[in-house]
Amino acid sequence: MGKRIGMEVGIAAAEAVALCNIDVAAVYPITPQSHIAEHMADIIHDGRIDAEFITVESEHSSISACAGASATGARVYTATSSQGLMLMHEILPIVSAMRLPVVMGNANRAVSGPLNIWNDHGDIMPQRDSGWICLFTENGQEVIDLSIMAFKIAEDPEVMLPCVVNIDGFQLTHMIEPLEFPTQAQVNKFLPDRKPYATLHPDNPVTMGCFNMPDIFTETMKAKDTALWNSKKTIVKVFSEWGKQFGRKYNVVETYKAKDAETLILTMGSMGETASIAVDEMRKAGRKVGLVKLRLWRPFPVEELRAAIKGAKTLIVMDRAISFGGAGGPVATEIKSFLFHDKGRPRIVDFLMGLGGRDVTVEDFIAMVERAKKKKDETYEYYGVRE
Amino acid sequence: MAKKKTEQKKWPEKWHEVTPGCMVFEPGNAANYKTGSWKAQRPILDKQKCIKCGICYIFCPEACIQEDAEGFFVADLGYCKGCGICAHECWPGAISMAEEVE
Repeated sequence: MGKRIGMEVGIAAAEAVALCNIDVAAVYPITPQSHIAEHMADIIHDGRIDAEFITVESEHSSISACAGASATGARVYTATSSQGLMLMHEILPIVSAMRLPVVMGNANRAVSGPLNIWNDHGDIMPQRDSGWICLFTENGQEVIDLSIMAFKIAEDPEVMLPCVVNIDGFQLTHMIEPLEFPTQAQVNKFLPDRKPYATLHPDNPVTMGCFNMPDIFTETMKAKDTALWNSKKTIVKVFSEWGKQFGRKYNVVETYKAKDAETLILTMGSMGETASIAVDEMRKAGRKVGLVKLRLWRPFPVEELRAAIKGAKTLIVMDRAISFGGAGGPVATEIKSFLFHDKGRPRIVDFLMGLGGRDVTVEDFIAMVERAKKKKDETYEYYGVRE
Repeated sequence: MAKKKTEQKKWPEKWHEVTPGCMVFEPGNAANYKTGSWKAQRPILDKQKCIKCGICYIFCPEACIQEDAEGFFVADLGYCKGCGICAHECWPGAISMAEEVE
């Protein structure tokens, strides 16, 4: 293991991106992503890397600037959060449709209103259908590793899709953790220069983002959807390459003490660490409880999830976002839909929890496992809401 | 479905023929797409009344009106959308709009 240093995770995200030989960053600051934006600006202003920092007046502009820069063949990074991501929403499907490998860090935060700057996944879920590869991180080291891997995944000629790395706001962005950075030489070896499929240049005219009439739009959409599904192969390959070079192994679905578990907790993002402590506690008490963590949200890793939950009787899904007036939290709804026809599938219990920065403690996870035992149906429930 | 000879090839035919990002590498090939089929009306030029002033050419938002060898300004119906601006602007009243019946 290399030397570990104490660093705030938001700063570390910018430092990791600085190792990736980026050409352009267009980042508009917003809590709790501001430290990424500020530190990225510092790194470029200080001349530590040869890149352009485009100062923009909004997130709509930052993602648009990224799209334009990426179309010229540049390696591009942006970061945002919550309302900023909502403002980017219009451009997100355009970036993926144009097959531009922009990488974004998203400091997950609740969406207004009422105004709340703290963590949940209410910002990324409305972007679910934008055609971006969507990764979740659990701790600071994963933020560093996945921010670097994201460029390799996004730019792979078999992929050519934008990638968003979700970093729980405050819970991760503002945490000071012991972190290990790869060296510049190691990153250079891992991440080759981008070889763009096409670039905007007057000598070689190309139309990107062309007009589609009704007689071709459906075909273009199927091509995009297929590209996103196919990206999983490359994601798995890049995870494995990282594991070989750096010794830290990544899977699209992670498991912890899940093999013989009768009850499984399913999480995304930073709460996985707390849940693993709760699993340890319950195991000590002789209970067959395990943990499944979705690292990849889009494309949805359905085969890997099926393998991870095999044999479990109850699957407790922790949803950190709401789909108002819908079937449940976005994660549970998706899983129920995929497993609908599976014989002997686990009973799925859906808790909406950890909203707008409310802490989810070890005791809360244990209480949710208790509550799940008593719950008769598969309707969703707000955990911890004051009745 | 039988295709008329005049119908342009709808390329790409299949979803897997779509280039990544539906990028187009042939400059100016939008001209191959005959958008004139959208029109509900077509302009009819009365050459007896036309004074060859070219005001229709100036106002045509589609830029599909060109001067021919005799000096008349004639709309290319392959691109004309039938908006009627030429007929509206033609002060000698040489252009009238007729229903597209094809």
